[in-house]
Amino acid sequence: MIHFVLLISRQGKVRLTKWYTPYPQKQRSKVIKEISALVLTRGPKLCNFVDWQGYRVVYKRYASLYFCMCIDPADNELETLQIIHHYVEILDRYFGNVCELDLIFNFHKAYFILDEILIAGELQESNKKAVLRLVTTQDALVEAAKEEASSLSNIIAQATK
Amino acid sequence: MDLAINPFSSGTRLRDMIRSIRACKTAAEERAVVRRECAAIRAAISESDQDYRHRNMAKLMFIHMLGYPTHFGQMECLKLIAAAGFPEKRIGYLGLMLLLDERQEVLMLVTNSLKQDLNHSNQFIVGLALCALGNICSAEMARDLAPEVERLLQNRDPNTKKKAALCSIRIVRKVPDLAENFMGAAASLLKEKHHGVLISAVQLCTELCKASTEALEYLRKNSLEGLVRILRDVSNSSYAPEYDVAGITDPFLHIRVLKLMRTLSQGDADCSEYINDILAQVATKTESNKNAGNAILYECVETIMGIEATSGLRVLAINILGRFLSNRDNNIRYVALNMLMKAIAVDTQAVQRHRATILECVKDADVSIRKRALELVYLLVNDTNVKPLTKELVDYLEVSDQDFKDDLTAKICSIVEKFSQDKLWYLDQMFRVLSLAGNHVKDDVWHALIVLISNASELQGYSVRSLYKALQACGEQESLVRVAVWCIGEYGEMLVNNVSMLDIEEPITVTESDAVDAVEVYLKRYSADVTTRAMCLVSLLKLSSRFPPTSERIKEIVAQNKGNTVLELQQRSIEFSSIIQRHQSIKSSLLERMPVLDEANYLVKRAASMQATVSSVKSAPAVTPGGQLKLPNGVAKPPAAPLADLLDLSSDDTPVTTSAPTTAPNDFLQDLLGIGLIDSSPAGGAPSTSTDILMDLLSIGSTPVQNGPPTSNFIPPGIAETKPVPVTPQVVDLLDGLSSSTSLPDGNAAYPTITAFQSATLRITFSFKKQPGKPQETTINATFTNLATTTFTDFVFQAAVPKFIQLRLDPASSSTLPASGNGSVTQSLSVTNNQHGQKPLAMRIRVSYKVNGEDRLEQGQVSNFPAGL
Repeated sequence: MIHFVLLISRQGKVRLTKWYTPYPQKQRSKVIKEISALVLTRGPKLCNFVDWQGYRVVYKRYASLYFCMCIDPADNELETLQIIHHYVEILDRYFGNVCELDLIFNFHKAYFILDEILIAGELQESNKKAVLRLVTTQDALVEAAKEEASSLSNIIAQATK
Repeated sequence: MDLAINPFSSGTRLRDMIRSIRACKTAAEERAVVRRECAAIRAAISESDQDYRHRNMAKLMFIHMLGYPTHFGQMECLKLIAAAGFPEKRIGYLGLMLLLDERQEVLMLVTNSLKQDLNHSNQFIVGLALCALGNICSAEMARDLAPEVERLLQNRDPNTKKKAALCSIRIVRKVPDLAENFMGAAASLLKEKHHGVLISAVQLCTELCKASTEALEYLRKNSLEGLVRILRDVSNSSYAPEYDVAGITDPFLHIRVLKLMRTLSQGDADCSEYINDILAQVATKTESNKNAGNAILYECVETIMGIEATSGLRVLAINILGRFLSNRDNNIRYVALNMLMKAIAVDTQAVQRHRATILECVKDADVSIRKRALELVYLLVNDTNVKPLTKELVDYLEVSDQDFKDDLTAKICSIVEKFSQDKLWYLDQMFRVLSLAGNHVKDDVWHALIVLISNASELQGYSVRSLYKALQACGEQESLVRVAVWCIGEYGEMLVNNVSMLDIEEPITVTESDAVDAVEVYLKRYSADVTTRAMCLVSLLKLSSRFPPTSERIKEIVAQNKGNTVLELQQRSIEFSSIIQRHQSIKSSLLERMPVLDEANYLVKRAASMQATVSSVKSAPAVTPGGQLKLPNGVAKPPAAPLADLLDLSSDDTPVTTSAPTTAPNDFLQDLLGIGLIDSSPAGGAPSTSTDILMDLLSIGSTPVQNGPPTSNFIPPGIAETKPVPVTPQVVDLLDGLSSSTSLPDGNAAYPTITAFQSATLRITFSFKKQPGKPQETTINATFTNLATTTFTDFVFQAAVPKFIQLRLDPASSSTLPASGNGSVTQSLSVTNNQHGQKPLAMRIRVSYKVNGEDRLEQGQVSNFPAGL
């Protein structure tokens, strides 16, 4: 299973964190620090796997962003690499030539997409189009709700109903 | 929207906030912006502002990602989730997953909302709830909501089904008992066509098999046929654009089905045979020029290795690994090394063929690959190839990264020890390792080396000369220094006289004062740690007897440490000085060579203690109080561990490093409470009186309470106090000698020994000792004597004192008390009387033991303490 997903920029800034195994807040920042130190320092030609505290971190760099996933040692590293690629391809199609800025300003979208790909640290959907369809349908639902509740009072009325 | 006008408006848009944070040039600026935003959000929360609730939540998530505390937003998540609209719920659930984890109690409050949403008519809201539950649910929530999730597995909508299946995985992980509830539904999901559902269902089945053997049996019967069909369909399928990855249809489904097949067929010949053909097909037909294909092949090989596959299939798998290993892609090589490790169990010969390639990987530039390869090499070593392999590894040790040396050294030492049929070879390798990476060598390794040297009488001369030479070349390696210093102390004359030369050796000229020089350097070096310096002192003391002409000089060197701030060194040097000065008559017998350490016994115990420390720190036999050789401020007497083993004091078998000093008080406490048995001395049996004394002598390093006064006390031999003297067989005589010849004034011995307790079967006597300048503290030596005719076993002494007294119990010398007064058990107690001079000592005692397996208990009060304690 995937224990957590991290997106870290080359400068070590965190762009996305998703935890499928409970880590207390304090430990999370420690983990992020350790993983960044491990991954960011590795040269370009090395393999995409690092051992970390009995787990294995699979990472791949896309432009300025490192996508990291922490898996069990018994899991398939090559497949995890493929899952990362799967996610990146979907992001790319969703945003249209995705760049780091898209993920900064629309970080919640990146989370929504990830939630359609992984649940409980396991893969949910291998069909990229299906994922995109699901995310855009839900986006449309949000837009519709916003239009419907175009006035503030409407939202208040709904929330207190 | 201007912050300057109203700093508490929640008016900034998310985009604006991100922009202003990104515009910050310093961390302080960023903190200020975040503080301002947090204040605004807090204000909005306390006004229960509805309008911007979800915008605020989005901001909080961003702030959280930056690493700032956002706990105050947790309740907002719950409110958003409880709202009716999809947009609020969507952001609310996202916040829930990001800001909270399953440990927070707040999470319990969300159970009800989740339940409602799981029953919602809108499939997307159901989806949100399933996703949140799948990602963060706790065991309680899993129990509460399992029925809902189970029901959703039968939902019409495939998207709901797949989410419910993954959510079930989380539930089963949290509460394995629930596995059987899901197995029927999981098996039927495998008949679906939708790949998302299939993938989720396959994963659920794999998880169920892990959680319950019943589910495993059930799925073996009901799902294998379907799985083979799925795999065949997907691997034979023509181009399917929706699922295509580099020309392969849905590699993810491939891999997950292969994994489940492995789980089902492990150890089951029928199942293994059933999937034989399809595995062969996947292994031969899958393209291996892209990562996706290699991922499938990798999984397929793992499945073939994991099940009862035919030999033909295994050959196929090994060949794939061979191809992987010669691949230029580092990722592929990495997984190949990984897989070969599992393949060793199946076919060692096939893996041995790749030895040269694997050995090259140990020297790879990539640390991940190096580590894998090293582990693999370790597994590949056998009697025939150990010498060349070790040579390669040791050669590489010279040039390897500092970070890698730890691993490499540990592995080399382990290999060398495991395959050391030839002692000379073992010594040579160890000396090289010590010279190259002595700072990375674990303590138990060099302890073992010393034990071996002491056993190999024909190689002692060679050892001490080699070590002396190594010491000249690479003196920065801590453990090399320790072993060398120990050997020079023990076998100094062999160094100087070139005794028992081997043919391969070249004679060297070392004078007596050269040997002393070598040791002196390390005693004086600042970087040397206390243990090393203490070893140097002992070594010098021994040399003073080996080389009488240097005695004067050694006396001076030792005396220089009389004022050392490290108590241990100070104490030793004072004691050693007095030995050199005043006890010429007994010095030579006192400083004789160490008795040969029992090698077999040491190795057995070392193995046992390593196992025990691996399994758990709590495991009683390994971490007995006696094992605490390292002191907070004292020094482990260097050869104490092997020595203790020599004397068969089984409690001392924990190697110095592996015993955590912090556990000591706990153990004492446990002893006091009678929870942990002090030590059942399985190997030692009933120690004789002389071993008792020896043990007390050995406890130089192991009695955590007494840092020993700098003056030496003399005590009657029966209840020997810690005595910092290197042990020799004449130790009993020595003590007698000391007590008669030492004329140090000792006013503290004024307290008479009392009989603290006497019954028909047991007598307890206390003798007292005070440290000068500490009138409140008393060390009591309790001696237990068995007056009955049967041996007491599991003997535990407990004591309780009034509040104004503090009591600390050291471990007893044994838990077995021989019958009819044939020997006794001693135990020392440290008592601090906080109202010294006002109130006398008082103590209640309780003694439990077994007579012929039957529990006995005796208790009493001690009120006849001498006055002035």
